[in-house]
Amino acid sequence: MIKEKKKKQQSLQKRDAELANAKRQVEILSNGIFANGELPTFAQKIKETNQLPLRPKKLEILQINVGYMCNQVCEHCHVDAGPDRQEIMTWETMEQCLEVIKNTGAHTLDLTGGAPEMNPHFRRFVEEASKAGIKDFIVRSNLTIIRANKKYYDLPDFFKKHNIHVVSSMPHWTRGKTDKQRGEGVFDLSIKALQELNERGYGMPDSGLRLDLVYNPNGAYLPGDQASMEKEMKAALLEDFDIRFHNLFAITNLPIARFLDYLIASENYEDYMYQLVEAYNPAAVSNVMCTNSISISWDGFLYDCDFNQMLKLPVASKVKHINDYNEDLLNDRNIMISQHCYGCTAGAGSSCQGTVVD
Amino acid sequence: MASNNYYDPADLRKFGKITEWSEELGNKFFDYYGKVFEEGALTAREKALIALAVAHTEQCPYCIDAYTKDTLQRGVTKEQMMEAIHVGAAIKSGATLVHGTMMMNKVNKLEM
Repeated sequence: MIKEKKKKQQSLQKRDAELANAKRQVEILSNGIFANGELPTFAQKIKETNQLPLRPKKLEILQINVGYMCNQVCEHCHVDAGPDRQEIMTWETMEQCLEVIKNTGAHTLDLTGGAPEMNPHFRRFVEEASKAGIKDFIVRSNLTIIRANKKYYDLPDFFKKHNIHVVSSMPHWTRGKTDKQRGEGVFDLSIKALQELNERGYGMPDSGLRLDLVYNPNGAYLPGDQASMEKEMKAALLEDFDIRFHNLFAITNLPIARFLDYLIASENYEDYMYQLVEAYNPAAVSNVMCTNSISISWDGFLYDCDFNQMLKLPVASKVKHINDYNEDLLNDRNIMISQHCYGCTAGAGSSCQGTVVD
Repeated sequence: MASNNYYDPADLRKFGKITEWSEELGNKFFDYYGKVFEEGALTAREKALIALAVAHTEQCPYCIDAYTKDTLQRGVTKEQMMEAIHVGAAIKSGATLVHGTMMMNKVNKLEM
């Protein structure tokens, strides 16, 4: 039991687990039920509606992953993030990112991780990046980081000062479901952090300080209707804790890293892939996030999305690294796809901004 | 391929195929089924919980599989799911017991 608990506090990489290897993950996603024809591959599926190759539209979102270090070890994490991860973006790479941000046509900058706040240059980077006049500047904060250590206590004020749009994970409005997925004590810390954000005006009706929450299922099933979940979550958080927020994004768990590991270990993998394929919605394909965003990794490499980054599927373009960044060249590419992409086209679709079709 | 079991979880995925042997009736059924579960005077979530309770009273493994997943997707907690099943169980046992009054009536009629 103790051994099992300790295992849960370490990343796959630290445990030297088979699925720490991205290539192995792609193999699993390409073999079995997809190789024997039981289920169509994603390429075959989108070809049915003439959407192959998948091509980008106008670039709207620059998503920068500033490092895989995190204070939490969530069971479903596609990044395999945790306190033991050492991949952290250097200031030198951040300076290159700042050059890109100054010249990009994208209207949204989206910082993610790990816990982006744990990057030692995080604040300096936010201060510099916010001068570039990007319309929507998102930081994906796991909430507990705000209460993890005294040095982070002032984060709500820091976010407010730079008009940061805070997007935070809150998998459920009950303690039990939240702690099971994200770790013991996460619910209480998250509630405290949300209350502090509310005190600064975040999430209040008519407030320009945006606070959105992210819901993702606590197991091998798809998220329910985003609007209904938002209604439930709003009512419950308001009644129980007097907490307010703006929107809820319902995100599907993609079969990558720790979630893939969980699916296989719990013998849910095939059933889950069936669910994703059965819920395939061709209307969602044209709006998936890889069509309007670019993901930059901690070491400056470019990917179609954060999921492809974790599977180490780089952009199919001459421009591979932020050193050679060229938005026009980059936008003329075919998007790299595999079976994990079914996660973004299931039902109403899924992206970092929640569902993609009304 | 026929399986060696009366119930096979994989058969749930074939449910839609019932239309293949009777298209008109199958389609009518699925249209009706889909409509019933739409948001109406009851929310889709309330309907899913009713379906979960009935799935148990009907003891339909396919329905239990489907509506356990469905209620989880809608954010229903384990406690709420179990309470719904108790409602079904209470009605089932109540329905058995209330028939005891028939037995009592009959005994009272027959005995001197």
